[in-house]
Amino acid sequence: MAELLRASRLTLAYDGAEVVRDLELAVPRGRITAVVGANGSGKSTLLRALARLLRPRAGAVLLDGEALDRLATKEVAKRLGILPQSPIAPDGIVVEDLVARGRYPHQRLFRQWSARDEAAIEGALAATATADLRDRALDELSGGQRQRSWIAMTLAQETEVLLLDEPTTFLDLAHQVEVLDLLAELVEGHGRTVVMVLHDLNQACRYADHLVALRAGQVHAAGAPAEIIDAELVEEVFGIAARVIDDPVTGTPLCLPLGGRHRPAVETSRPLAGATR
Amino acid sequence: MSAGRVIAIRTGALSARVDLRVVAALAGLVAATVAAFLASVALGEFPVSLADVVAALAGAGDEATSFIVFDLRLPRALTAVLAGVALGIAGTVFQDLARNPLVAPDVIGITGGASLAAVGLIVFSGSNGALSVPLAALLGALITGAVLYGLAWRGGVHGYRLVLVGIGVAAMLEAGVSYVLTRGQIYEVAQAFVWLVGSLNGRGWEHVWPLAVTLVALLPLTLLLTRRLAALQLGDELARALGVRAEAARLGLFTIATGLSAVAVSAAGPIAFVAFIAPHIARRLCGSTSPFGVLPVAAASGALLVLVADLGGRLLFSPTEIPVGIVTAILAAPYFLYLLRRANRIGAT
Repeated sequence: MAELLRASRLTLAYDGAEVVRDLELAVPRGRITAVVGANGSGKSTLLRALARLLRPRAGAVLLDGEALDRLATKEVAKRLGILPQSPIAPDGIVVEDLVARGRYPHQRLFRQWSARDEAAIEGALAATATADLRDRALDELSGGQRQRSWIAMTLAQETEVLLLDEPTTFLDLAHQVEVLDLLAELVEGHGRTVVMVLHDLNQACRYADHLVALRAGQVHAAGAPAEIIDAELVEEVFGIAARVIDDPVTGTPLCLPLGGRHRPAVETSRPLAGATR
Repeated sequence: MSAGRVIAIRTGALSARVDLRVVAALAGLVAATVAAFLASVALGEFPVSLADVVAALAGAGDEATSFIVFDLRLPRALTAVLAGVALGIAGTVFQDLARNPLVAPDVIGITGGASLAAVGLIVFSGSNGALSVPLAALLGALITGAVLYGLAWRGGVHGYRLVLVGIGVAAMLEAGVSYVLTRGQIYEVAQAFVWLVGSLNGRGWEHVWPLAVTLVALLPLTLLLTRRLAALQLGDELARALGVRAEAARLGLFTIATGLSAVAVSAAGPIAFVAFIAPHIARRLCGSTSPFGVLPVAAASGALLVLVADLGGRLLFSPTEIPVGIVTAILAAPYFLYLLRRANRIGAT
């Protein structure tokens, strides 16, 4: 698995408070990487640094072997797109206008609407099934439609790497699955590389090829979900006792937190029907 | 709101996207502005027929008509148009930078800085020079802009902080203006009040040129930064993700908007509400918030607004003249209240 993005001895801090220290990370090309961890473990901070929105205190982020802060701002924007957790849009902006703004790094003062711009926007609208919404105002849409529109904007940027900070927050279950399926399709069908921060460990296990578990600003474990997720890791990373069984639908690890009120009646209770582990 | 039909224009390496609704709005506003401009030059205490106006403009009129057209009415109408254009653009840029539709150079203290400098000069030196007062106003506005940016800076200037700091600065400057007015002699204070209202009375070519030169210099820069303004509307993080150096772009845009408000106030005094309301009119007409459409339409709306307000102020109670700043306030205040009411309703639900 060739790596596309790498963090090397990365130390990140806000106003003196170190959030990430000496972190090593490799993001495989053409795969979905999910970053998981407890609140405050440095997930979003790491993602911002990968998108060069946060300058490392020490260490570097390498894109295809080149240090991000050595590359021109616009050059990075052509190769690497990020969708923050709660992006803001001007009142009343329509979907097509929003998506078109993703073309910024490819445009010039006198070349603002090339045939390629138009094709990229149409492609992004089609991939996210937002073509029918193109004339609708963003603030009139449902949460799922709005998130798809934002993803379409990031897609129109036509970057090899897509970084997404909790793309499923605020969405109901159906819309969460819809967005994650879309990302999986982008990776499989279009060869993009996706890195996303996810809150839900089980969704991360289902959709990610490569899982990175952060703990206190360090990579605690990284690898295929089935290889690294077990009860011990969940306890160490999230600080909660859990049972890990096989997801009866996908076969990926499924984490069932125990908590104080839900101790299993029998220590070795039967696994769910059909699951073996 | 919805944008109009969009067509693509492509010739060789050049390409642009044109919203037909924006084109229509712009065409309508320009036509109305031309009509109001001709009316401004033709109408007044000594009406001049359109044919005579054209003759005078072509240099073929008699001496008296030429004097009225060339020396009295033409520079006044041009000052109105140029100040309106400058205010329309400045208001749009400030509202976008602050992410707040209630912001205008009057609200964040830029106009207050111009007022304090101008009023101070009029009251304390007794000077009411056609050059010294505009110059003082210009410097006052520019210095206030620089101070404002410096005070709002904390590792970057963010919209919310800009508004808060601006309101504070504006309050201090207004207190300063009031203080100066209480210290002055009645004659100078009366002069200062005339300036404070915003008036185009007696504007000559010496007022037109600084405005025209500044606009010629700053409009291409505005055009250059419009794409960045569109990206900044999505917030700093996304703007940077799209390859915009957000802080540099914001400083550039802030400087342009400050410069435009400064020359407008310098030439015409603090004309109320135009910078605030022109962007609102433009967003309505364009049906979008995209600065590619809103900026030119706001510029045209500003020009039409100042021109019509000045013409109305001159003609309505002729021979008594109502200063343009009072007319714009009367025209715009109801709209402002409507916006507040709507905002309250949205806030309540």
